[in-house]
Amino acid sequence: MIPAQFEYVAAGSAAHAIDLLGQHGDDAKVLAGGHSLLPMMKLRLAAPAVLIDIARASGLAGVSLDGDEIVVGATTRHADLASSELVRTEAPLLAHAASLVGDPQIRHRGTIGGSLAHADPAADLPMALLVLGGSVEVSGPAGTRRVPADEFFTGFFETALADGELLTAVRVPRQAGVPWGYQKFVRRANDWAIVGAAAINGRIALANMGSTPLRASAAEQALTGGASPAEAAELAAEGTTPGEDIHADREFRCHLARVLTRRALEHLS
Amino acid sequence: MSILGTRVLRTEDPRFLTTGGVYTEDVTDEQLAGACHVFFVRSPVAHARISGIDKTAALAAPGVLAVYTADDVIELPLIDPLAPGLMNAKMTRTMLASDKVRFVGEPVAVVVTEDPYQGEDAIELVDVDYEILPAIVDLDDALADSVLLFEDAGTNVVANFGDTASLKQDLFDGCEAVVTHTFMNQRVAPAPMESRAAAAAWGEDDRLTCWIPNQGAQGTRDDMVKYLKLDEGQVRVITPDVGGAFGAKFGADPEHVLVAWVAKKLRRPARWTETRFENLVAMTHGRAQRHTITIGGSKDGDVHAYRLEVIQDSGAYARIGAILPTLTILMASGPYDIPKAEAIATAVATSTTPIGAYRGAGRPEATAALERAFDLFAAEIGMDPAEVRRRNLLKKFTEPHQTSFGALYDSGDYAAALDKALEAAGYADVRAEQARRRASGDVTQVGVGVACYVEITGGGDESGPPSENATVEVHPDGSATILTGTSPHGQGHSTAWAMIASEELGIPIENFTVRWGDTDLIPVGGGTGGSRSLQQGGAAVQQASRELIDVARERAAAALEASAGDLRFDQGRSAFAVAGDPEASVALADLARDERLFVHSIFAAPGATFPFGTHVAVAEVDTETGKATLQRVITVDDAGIVLNPLLAEGQRHGGIAQGAAQALLEEVVYDSEGNPLTASFADYPIVSATELPSFELASMETPTTYNPLGVKGIGEAGTIGATPAVQSAIVDAVAHLGVRHVEMPATAMRIWRAVQAAKSAGSEAQPTATESA
Amino acid sequence: MMQVELTVNGVQRSDEVEPRLLLVHYLREVCGFRAANIGCDTTSCGACTVLLNGESVKSCTVLTAQAAGQQVITAEGLAENGDLHPVQQAFRSEHGLQCGFCTPGMVMAAVSLLQENPNPTEDEVREGLEGNLCRCTGYHNIIRAVLAAASAAAEPATAQAEVTA
Repeated sequence: MIPAQFEYVAAGSAAHAIDLLGQHGDDAKVLAGGHSLLPMMKLRLAAPAVLIDIARASGLAGVSLDGDEIVVGATTRHADLASSELVRTEAPLLAHAASLVGDPQIRHRGTIGGSLAHADPAADLPMALLVLGGSVEVSGPAGTRRVPADEFFTGFFETALADGELLTAVRVPRQAGVPWGYQKFVRRANDWAIVGAAAINGRIALANMGSTPLRASAAEQALTGGASPAEAAELAAEGTTPGEDIHADREFRCHLARVLTRRALEHLS
Repeated sequence: MSILGTRVLRTEDPRFLTTGGVYTEDVTDEQLAGACHVFFVRSPVAHARISGIDKTAALAAPGVLAVYTADDVIELPLIDPLAPGLMNAKMTRTMLASDKVRFVGEPVAVVVTEDPYQGEDAIELVDVDYEILPAIVDLDDALADSVLLFEDAGTNVVANFGDTASLKQDLFDGCEAVVTHTFMNQRVAPAPMESRAAAAAWGEDDRLTCWIPNQGAQGTRDDMVKYLKLDEGQVRVITPDVGGAFGAKFGADPEHVLVAWVAKKLRRPARWTETRFENLVAMTHGRAQRHTITIGGSKDGDVHAYRLEVIQDSGAYARIGAILPTLTILMASGPYDIPKAEAIATAVATSTTPIGAYRGAGRPEATAALERAFDLFAAEIGMDPAEVRRRNLLKKFTEPHQTSFGALYDSGDYAAALDKALEAAGYADVRAEQARRRASGDVTQVGVGVACYVEITGGGDESGPPSENATVEVHPDGSATILTGTSPHGQGHSTAWAMIASEELGIPIENFTVRWGDTDLIPVGGGTGGSRSLQQGGAAVQQASRELIDVARERAAAALEASAGDLRFDQGRSAFAVAGDPEASVALADLARDERLFVHSIFAAPGATFPFGTHVAVAEVDTETGKATLQRVITVDDAGIVLNPLLAEGQRHGGIAQGAAQALLEEVVYDSEGNPLTASFADYPIVSATELPSFELASMETPTTYNPLGVKGIGEAGTIGATPAVQSAIVDAVAHLGVRHVEMPATAMRIWRAVQAAKSAGSEAQPTATESA
Repeated sequence: MMQVELTVNGVQRSDEVEPRLLLVHYLREVCGFRAANIGCDTTSCGACTVLLNGESVKSCTVLTAQAAGQQVITAEGLAENGDLHPVQQAFRSEHGLQCGFCTPGMVMAAVSLLQENPNPTEDEVREGLEGNLCRCTGYHNIIRAVLAAASAAAEPATAQAEVTA
């Protein structure tokens, strides 16, 4: 119910946070909204000795345009992303995904950077980033680099963030007016997806069908080859490694993946 | 104008809405100053021998005052099964697990710290060695007795209620159609929003005062007296505000006893609040019955015979859950006139959380089994399920009617409830919509389920007929105090009892103080549970108020120098006046000036009452994903005269929600090793606002003669009707695809599997009983 | 230990706290505002909901340190001049509480919901309260209370449900 003891330090900027990460190494975790990290710490599934709070670090929040991309600061909260006119116009799938995370209270705290760095394969924003073909900006002692979504999620709750690196921004292509589909199958409204599917521009991504969000590559290829949404969706579960839990076994998950993919392709916003 | 029957807003609310209720964790009594904090180390395994406990690291941790294990509390008595005469008396429990643990969550050690944050750190440091034993989770494994939970008991069977030898082989002879089926009434968690807690302090006079959220301070006191081996006068139990209970906060649990014991041992007040994880594994669970029903009758819809066989999972230790099957058996035939009916039950122990009472406590199970049986019978003979019910309901009765199971129903008009609910639901329109969607093969199908029920409220116990006491006192300043033996935890007794007394005494309800839950103030009381409070506690308040008027009348006669017979009590003025001479009057309050004006009265009811009703549920099922959505719930819940419609509706809403939740969503799940898989609110899907519609409540009041208020109990009725109605609606939505049954909770996966199984079985569908994943 | 300064119910405070002190415990034990309750361990139930800078948050999943320099309002801080806040009043009028344990959190969530969406549909109210669990009421009257508060705010001249004597 309460975390183990830790030291708390507030970072004034991204550079300051990277500095602190360098100092403390493995002992430290970055804290933004805290709504992925603190629940784990309260259950004592994580016990970092140092928390580096970047929630009020300068230059890490806000949404802006940069050419043909939208740039979202890492500490931008889900509620702000969901209500941003800019995002709702230029990347509505992203705004929609953000509006589905948890519940209103969680959306007032949780951030896109935190959610992506946490990399829960059942979560909304990792799947959204993947289907949008976006990328993340990562800064560390060696400088800044960009990691495409297809390379960012490396394993079960694992990302391409190296030691000492900070996720500073998220970039997604501007896609005003491009039809998109989003399907989140849940037991209760604020649960994580039992299975999720999103589709835009010939890309299809799945949530909770493996250890990371996944591209439904076979289905994508079928679409490129001229298959109908229904035909393509039949291949949605290929190459996936869904887990089993109290909600769904493998067979049912694969079935849901096919149904949700078809619906994502057929019910475009 | 009478205040009874009107929608009076609760006098309790302003406090709850502004500063909030004062629950046990909020209590700041001076006796608790400097309290230490109690934490429990709990078993992480379902069944094991304890081979050693190392306290060293914990004792060295910051702020740790003490660490106790079974050896330290050996002077505390064994906890016997709740009813040792009926239950296997060898299934005893030690206050802290001693040689064995028998469920995940069983307390093994106590850690006491200066401040609460230190406790969570310290419990991780207590090192317990377990020799793992095979878990006993599956009911048939438990019954096979190959692994015993209690070696001395020689069996895992806790109790038998009737036996298979008594079942008649020829019960179904002559029936044109017979259906038999086995299904689960699954284990659920009461999960009140306030978990368990306790605070204890000992005085210089060796008296114990404890604050415990409970459903009856007197029963809790009795348990504390028993388990701490004290004199009754040594214990004072105070019930603070209670954040919900639903049957799981009666008496005292080992944790409560240990908090008081620690306070004595350390000569320091002690406090404990459990976490939600602890609550979901160590507060008693509800339901957990397996049912085998057999129902037979004629092809034109008359039910001739019904048999119910129950296996009750009682969990690791025999508490009230192990005896609830007697209520299931008592209510087995429900509101129906079934010529031949029989029911038996066996309660068996498993290495899981003990089963206790949960809203309905044994009666929802009876109704759920019976209603599922009626639906299966209706499907077998191809008749509309509402019609089959109508054909078989007991005819209206106003004199008590005794069933073959020995229940004496006081009054009932079951067909009227059915008709009213069907009309309010627009049953024919729902069926028409269903037909339309079936014809067009819509992905989203709709189903309607009907459940008729009768339930037992306010029964007595082995100590005598049902009764409750109240003290009503009028003060010289015109205010009044009511002391009640009930124990509300959201039901609104402050308002309801004030309404009743106000009606008699003419004192405005806001001038009443209603008190309960302090054993020094109210040493005798039955608490609140089994929907007893209004029909006994409220009736006691009315009776005491009337007797107070009688006492006051004598004083008024003296004061007015008139004869008592010439006096009229004017409720509007709260005063006695001489008939025909209103000026010659004396206010009730004035009669309290020279001598206290109060009456203590005990109301004894002739017996239990039997509210009844019909629930109709409408559900949609997405046939591609299996996801069910509850669209509507329409109910008739007839619990006699309604005292305060606002409060009665609130009770119905809450009951319906919990009943629907069992059909749709909630289940406590264990893996085969007895590990709980639903031990948090992230995993245990306690129903939220997004899964439920607003409910449609129809009114019906068939009075009882058992108390002057004409009231029965309403608290549990909603739960009893809603579960089978919702389950039935979901099955009905896919019945045209060949599905006859879906296990509860009707998850998407279960519904989808049932549809797939029916498809592959072709049009000759068998009742499918899909097990959980 | 660390020093934290924040404003609680309009009063500026400065306290020495453990970094791990949860905001809910700070509010209850240090400030003495015990209306917010703790009902779970997984940020699920919402009984601890308060307003942080005017927005609903679950105070069990916020460190006191994270609230430094900010404004917190609890249920105790809602009433003005001893009068019930309109949302509190609506909860009373519609019998939107029974045991009361979820109520302060539910009210704060409702206040925040109506600030962001002053005229919600029933579905929007249900979704807006998806982070708040109640075991007693079945939500029916809670939804009515929020809708009543919304329409009372829309038409202040219309009499609200009466308060009985």
